[in-house]
Amino acid sequence: MSFITKPKITHPGLPKNDIGLTRRDYEGGMSTLCAGCGHDSVTAAVIEAVWGLSIRPEQLAKLSGIGCSSKTTAYFDSGGHGFNGVHGRMPSIATGAAAANRDLYYVGISGDGDTLSIGFGQFAHAIRRNVNMLYLIENNGVYGLTKGQFSASADIGSKAKRGEENKQPPVDPVMTALMLGATFVARSFSGDKEQLVPLIKAGLRHNGFALIDVLSPCVTFNDHEGSTKSYEFVRDHYDEVVHADFVPPATEITAQYAEGHALPVTLHDGSRILLRKLDPSYDPTDRTRAIGYLREKLQQGEHVTGLIYVDQSSSDFHAVNNTTATPLNQMAYEKLTPGRKGMEKIMGRYR
Amino acid sequence: MVNRESNVFPGILGRVCDRPCEPACRRGRVEEKPVAICRLKRVAADHRDDVTQFLPRAPRQKNGKRVACIGAGPASLTVANDLMPLGYDVTIFEKWGTPGGLMRTNIPSFRLPASVLAEEIGYIVDMGVDLRLGTPIESLKALLDSREFDAVFVGSGAPKGKDLSLPGRHETQAVEDHIHIGIDWLESVAFDHIKSIGKRVLIIGVGNTAMDCCRSSLRLGATEVKVMARKPRNFFKASDWELEDAEDENVEIVINHAPKSFVVENGKLTGMMFDRMEYQLDGNKILSEKVAGEVFFPCDDVILAIGQENAFPWIENDLGVEFDKWHVPKVDKLTFQSSRPDVFFGGDAAFGPKNIIWAVEHGHQAAISLHRFLQGQSVRERLPALLNLSSRKMGLHEWSYKNDYNPVERRLMPHVDLKERFKKINIEVELGFNAEQAAAEVQRCLNCDVQTVFDAKLCIECDACIDICPVDCLTMTANRPEEELRQHLKAPSRNKTQPLFVSSALKHTARVMVKDEDLCVHCGLCAERCPTAAWDMQKSTISIPHASDESPSCTPPQTLKIA
Ligand SMILES: Cc1cc2nc3c(=O)[nH]c(=O)nc-3n(C[C@H](O)[C@H](O)[C@H](O)COP(=O)(O)OP(=O)(O)OC[C@H]3O[C@@H](n4cnc5c(N)ncnc54)[C@H](O)[C@@H]3O)c2cc1C
Ligand SMILES: Cc1ncc(C[n+]2csc(CCOP(=O)(O)OP(=O)(O)O)c2C)c(N)n1
Ligand code: SF4
Ligand code: SF4
Ligand code: SF4
Ligand SMILES: [Mg+2]
Repeated sequence: MSFITKPKITHPGLPKNDIGLTRRDYEGGMSTLCAGCGHDSVTAAVIEAVWGLSIRPEQLAKLSGIGCSSKTTAYFDSGGHGFNGVHGRMPSIATGAAAANRDLYYVGISGDGDTLSIGFGQFAHAIRRNVNMLYLIENNGVYGLTKGQFSASADIGSKAKRGEENKQPPVDPVMTALMLGATFVARSFSGDKEQLVPLIKAGLRHNGFALIDVLSPCVTFNDHEGSTKSYEFVRDHYDEVVHADFVPPATEITAQYAEGHALPVTLHDGSRILLRKLDPSYDPTDRTRAIGYLREKLQQGEHVTGLIYVDQSSSDFHAVNNTTATPLNQMAYEKLTPGRKGMEKIMGRYR
Repeated sequence: MVNRESNVFPGILGRVCDRPCEPACRRGRVEEKPVAICRLKRVAADHRDDVTQFLPRAPRQKNGKRVACIGAGPASLTVANDLMPLGYDVTIFEKWGTPGGLMRTNIPSFRLPASVLAEEIGYIVDMGVDLRLGTPIESLKALLDSREFDAVFVGSGAPKGKDLSLPGRHETQAVEDHIHIGIDWLESVAFDHIKSIGKRVLIIGVGNTAMDCCRSSLRLGATEVKVMARKPRNFFKASDWELEDAEDENVEIVINHAPKSFVVENGKLTGMMFDRMEYQLDGNKILSEKVAGEVFFPCDDVILAIGQENAFPWIENDLGVEFDKWHVPKVDKLTFQSSRPDVFFGGDAAFGPKNIIWAVEHGHQAAISLHRFLQGQSVRERLPALLNLSSRKMGLHEWSYKNDYNPVERRLMPHVDLKERFKKINIEVELGFNAEQAAAEVQRCLNCDVQTVFDAKLCIECDACIDICPVDCLTMTANRPEEELRQHLKAPSRNKTQPLFVSSALKHTARVMVKDEDLCVHCGLCAERCPTAAWDMQKSTISIPHASDESPSCTPPQTLKIA
């Protein structure tokens, strides 16, 4: 017998967070992805991070488009809100939801296909608007759900499972986001939770749009020799430039770092990200130099990972658009509608 | 038949086994109660079809060697069970007129029906054992000198019940008539020599014999039975379930009372005087004790159930069978051979009172030794136990075992109604599991025979197994000494006595896969979610050698050639 769901039994020593929940309380339905899919590990990292931040399950809104990656919102936090949009349209839904209720944490989960092809325009505008959300791309270089066609993130020379080579240049979501003015840009790897979990925590607490491009191998269609997004290739060409540790508010930073190697960045809610620079010459607050550095590394065929750029000073979506602080669902009906008279007045303006 | 192989007496042990296996059951780690292994063995035994055609048989051609077994308890019967099919002539000498040993004479029939005993003993005797009932061995010397046998197995048990010499014990014959030694009294009950007892009975001691004495008393007319314990409850020797069964029958267990004297008035026993004890405890350790006063308990009869000893008045000193200063025979723990090479011991006779399943195991081991000895081979060079592994994978999402974790709690044994059961002494109290109970109870098994087997070369370090494991058994981390590794596990390590599984270095990062087996529920999800089958679920079959696994002439085993 098999195909069982994960049994409810737990380790009795499982730690509890500040609101008395264990990691298991943030799980969702059983994954129907292929065994060993990187996306499942990203799901586990999200669970770990949300649990670690003691976010109430119902404080999380999970948004996605179409793709194997986009399916994963069903596999964590079954107590949260969810909206599975059409292909590539998750950013608009996130934008609308964020505008209507700023009390929730928004996690958008997308794929390289969902984001860099059909949803490219939507992606760009969510960045431009600095929508308060964490945007996770589960990047595997292929359209997994439709059986492994190259996606827009496939590298030149990367081979498909049947042997054909990709000849078109890739779109690099990290570079794109930097160019478009994103205020939190990171790259990570599904197989490195030590790096990924603190990044997710920081991204959730970041004031504005936080992008994490997670290299997340497709075991079924893109984990062979010749692929540049396989477990093995990513591990071999994986260059962590800045490691981020998430430090909750009112917690002391105890670790010792060599001069010039550690850089604390304070977030709006008082928590901090402690950036450990693995390349001391790198400055994660300098956009222009970050772009240069990435270009250079890209030419050497390296995936730069870690918290690549962070800016805490720019205005977020709410500040720019003057959105309401009270969620719309808590506003009185009269306040939400202009009423017949008000409506007439508005219409009058267009006559 | 699987049930019978090691166990020999499935129906008997399925009812009255001491269950040394249940505390080891890993279900007790994830939940309070282990799987009711014993009860399930009874289910398997009670619901079998006719097995006679599958039973071992003695060959027509005997091998010419003769073995004498003394006592027809489980130890000797097991020796006969293992040696008869190999062609030995086995003779069992038994003092009483029925075989079975204490299983027959002491374990009451309301726990173990005579029919079950007769059937399972019959399977052995019917192979052609020369069972000589009513034939006590009064001299080992005479037996050996008769040269009738090539080797002797002593399975005579530990037949002597301990007495309690306190003031008043032997005051008059009338007093002595109302003070009984537990195992002798049970024996007389079993043989219908005793058919009644007084209304008020005190049982001294709180082991399993005491439980049988108090429950038997209730069936022979007693109405007020008290079991007197010297110490608090956590020091009781009786198994929890026997205590429970006795208390269900309204037996009162009085703790912290040490017997002081028998009170005799006009030459008749009227009760007993006890010291009321007070203990200072630290968990299971007594730090100090003191007497806090004296209490009188009136009674009509007293049964002493304070232990047994072995006694061998019939073994002469000059035979080469050595005893230590407590008059316990010197017996090798592996081979069960005594200091005289052709005399072997087993069961309660070897190391003092234990239980049936130990007697059976001693019998198996002694049979191997007897066989090797009689074939002129070293008794110490025995076959090793073997472990075989075979994958349970049947398809993409299919395993040939039921891998889901079933959260049901241990099923309760149904009992005969409290009024009904006292009508006759031989009404079996436990009814056995019904079909639904048995079906539910087997699903509590965590399939510990199906092991997670890891192949480090295949792992691509995708984390899938780690993320899916419901009880967080698995971790991938940098290798370090075990003590340090325990600090880096995904979930805190609880059982430090169980070693961690640590793989060889993994291909990509040189980290290691670590498994803390402690709570694994063998759900197979790690193997199910592994894309490369680095984890596999494999059934482990342990083969524990019995005498029948030795080659008939004891030459080293030949490797099988497969065509
Ligand atoms: C009251 C009571 C209840 C028990 N309940 C349980 C229980 O529920 N579960 C459990 O597992 N165990 C129980 N036991 C223990 C169990 O019965 C014994 O451990 C087991 O029977 C020992 O087996 P054995 O073969 O060594 O010897 P025994 O069963 O003692 O058999 C020895 C046989 O040798 C015979 N014998 C002795 N001397 C001679 C001689 N010189 N010549 C010929 N024959 C001789 C005796 O008559 C007897 O038949 C109980 C014991 C007692 C006293
Ligand atoms: C409008 C529309 N066009 C095309 C498709 C077909 N389609 C489904 S998923 C997918 C690509 C998914 O790729 P990606 O976002 O990288 O997800 P992955 O499965 O790789 O995680 C496509 C093209 C669709 N569902 N809807
Ligand atoms: S097809 Fe690829 S991306 Fe989709 S579930 Fe399978 S491994 Fe994951
Ligand atoms: S079988 Fe595997 S997944 Fe299941 S509990 Fe054991 S280690 Fe964990
Ligand atoms: S699921 Fe398999 S390949 Fe993945 S980490 Fe576990 S053992 Fe390795
Ligand atoms: Mg993809």
